[in-house]
Amino acid sequence: MPQSFPQDSVGIVTPQTICFDQPLPLACGRQLDNYELVIETYGTLNADASNAILVCHALSGNHHLAGYHSEAESKPGWWDSAIGPGKPIDTNIFFVIGLNNLGGCHGSTGPQSINPETGKPFGPDFPIMTVPDWVESQARLADHFGIQQWAAVVGGSLGGMQALQWAINYPQRIRHCLIIAAAPKLSAQNIAFNEVARQAITRDPDFNNGHFYENGNVPKTGLMLARMLGHITYLSDDGMREKFGRELKEGKISYDFNPQFEVESYLRYQGERFSTAFDANTYLLMTKALDYFDPAADYGHNLADAVRNTRCKFMVISFTSDWRFSPERSREIVDALVTAEKQVSYAEVDSDHGHDAFLIPNPRYMDIYSAYMKQVANDIPVTGKENN
Amino acid sequence: MRADLDIIQEWITPGSKVLDLGCGNGELLAFLQQQKKITGYGVELDHDNITACIGKGVNVIEKNIDEGLASIDDSSFDTVIMTQALQVMYRPDQIVDEMLRIGKECIVTFPNFGHWRARGYLAFRGKMPVSKFLPYTWYNTPNIHFCTFKDFEQLCVERNIHILDRTVVDNEHKHHWSIRLWPNMLGEIAIYRITR
Repeated sequence: MPQSFPQDSVGIVTPQTICFDQPLPLACGRQLDNYELVIETYGTLNADASNAILVCHALSGNHHLAGYHSEAESKPGWWDSAIGPGKPIDTNIFFVIGLNNLGGCHGSTGPQSINPETGKPFGPDFPIMTVPDWVESQARLADHFGIQQWAAVVGGSLGGMQALQWAINYPQRIRHCLIIAAAPKLSAQNIAFNEVARQAITRDPDFNNGHFYENGNVPKTGLMLARMLGHITYLSDDGMREKFGRELKEGKISYDFNPQFEVESYLRYQGERFSTAFDANTYLLMTKALDYFDPAADYGHNLADAVRNTRCKFMVISFTSDWRFSPERSREIVDALVTAEKQVSYAEVDSDHGHDAFLIPNPRYMDIYSAYMKQVANDIPVTGKENN
Repeated sequence: MRADLDIIQEWITPGSKVLDLGCGNGELLAFLQQQKKITGYGVELDHDNITACIGKGVNVIEKNIDEGLASIDDSSFDTVIMTQALQVMYRPDQIVDEMLRIGKECIVTFPNFGHWRARGYLAFRGKMPVSKFLPYTWYNTPNIHFCTFKDFEQLCVERNIHILDRTVVDNEHKHHWSIRLWPNMLGEIAIYRITR
């Protein structure tokens, strides 16, 4: 490992692409005849493949969980704080897989991929993906590695929803489920925010009904607005007050419509950066996957019934200032699990970072995360440990 | 194990379902899981205790018990336990009602404010009792609802709560013959097993 990386970093990592030929039927009624998943792995899979952790990503995440793609990369993967040697998800113990979900824009089959029927990018014709669809594709990824049962499936936000869906859809294939800063379904308010984001994108003249790859323009403005709106919902009022207050960039009010408050230029910067790095069609798909997520719907809208057949142990974590998926939403999951007599622990971590808190190391959060992952390690069957 | 917990564990049926309100570091539940194969949860508010529970493999739920237990179904636990926490509750009577609603049986322990030392302290010094066992002063104590054994038993009569067992001990959790003779004067901690 080069000297420039911290001791507890996984160091240089290289993504890999895995091709699947077996058609994947989707909730929308269509199917993907074949598809590719881009993944990254860290640590070593033990002989009986019992030490594997699946990390599911949130709306704008991807397979690059930890480490660096090159020495020139300035920032490590998005969950580097939690994954690495000696970190909560200890890569000395676990084999960790991160993937880019189907419909994503970081290499897995998605709207930018070529539609074999037309020879052109799918664009808006890429099928709508749901959380259960992703779980199915991830199950095939597990098969590819010979992983019968995950030591744990872990995720924050939309990633936590995938972890919950895993526990419901594949009770035999998951020993532990970590659901962080998530919700059992979106509220009307959540869906409303997503709809404004979608409108911002689809009404951008450069969106061209989603067929914007051909003419080389991307709906930058729409994507930027969507991200700015999203970003506000990821932060907390207190956190924004702390970070920006009413600070003025130039120190005085200029009586025009240029950005003057620090928070304005921050949001513009975040939005612009995102608008060139992310795909508009993927953004639309991801927000739909969020809106449609409702595992209780198949069980008479009773979440306790939905989780009744789960067999894994659960750890649910929420953050006090998260108003996108507030602690109350996590408690709905916990209450359902208690009603269904499942093994569950729940912690509500104090943080000013809003929904983003799940990505930001905080001593108590990391203590809980580490303590729980030690239990996950203890539950690796003994044969697996010997071979490790 | 803490001596009061050792007394309580004898009252727990193997394989039963237990809820421990204010479970501390999870010591009792960890013991019951291993020795009696119980299932269940602890409820706790203290951060370090919650991490300690998770580290022991004890299911723990972060929750302020004063906010109620409404999300838990009636009679969904065989035993609901609350050790040394009744006196810090905002409404101990309502908590006891809730415990009896969700549990078929409940075990409650609390310090006896009718103990002779507490009586003597107040009688002779004219001040709220402070001791090694109850080290807080009146303004910073988390113990906002002290009672005596008599008070608690009166509540049980008023609310039709049936006392199945009562063990009264001193602060080392020993039950001397004299305590049995005059519990409300000589007993420091009471351990009640109640039902409705």
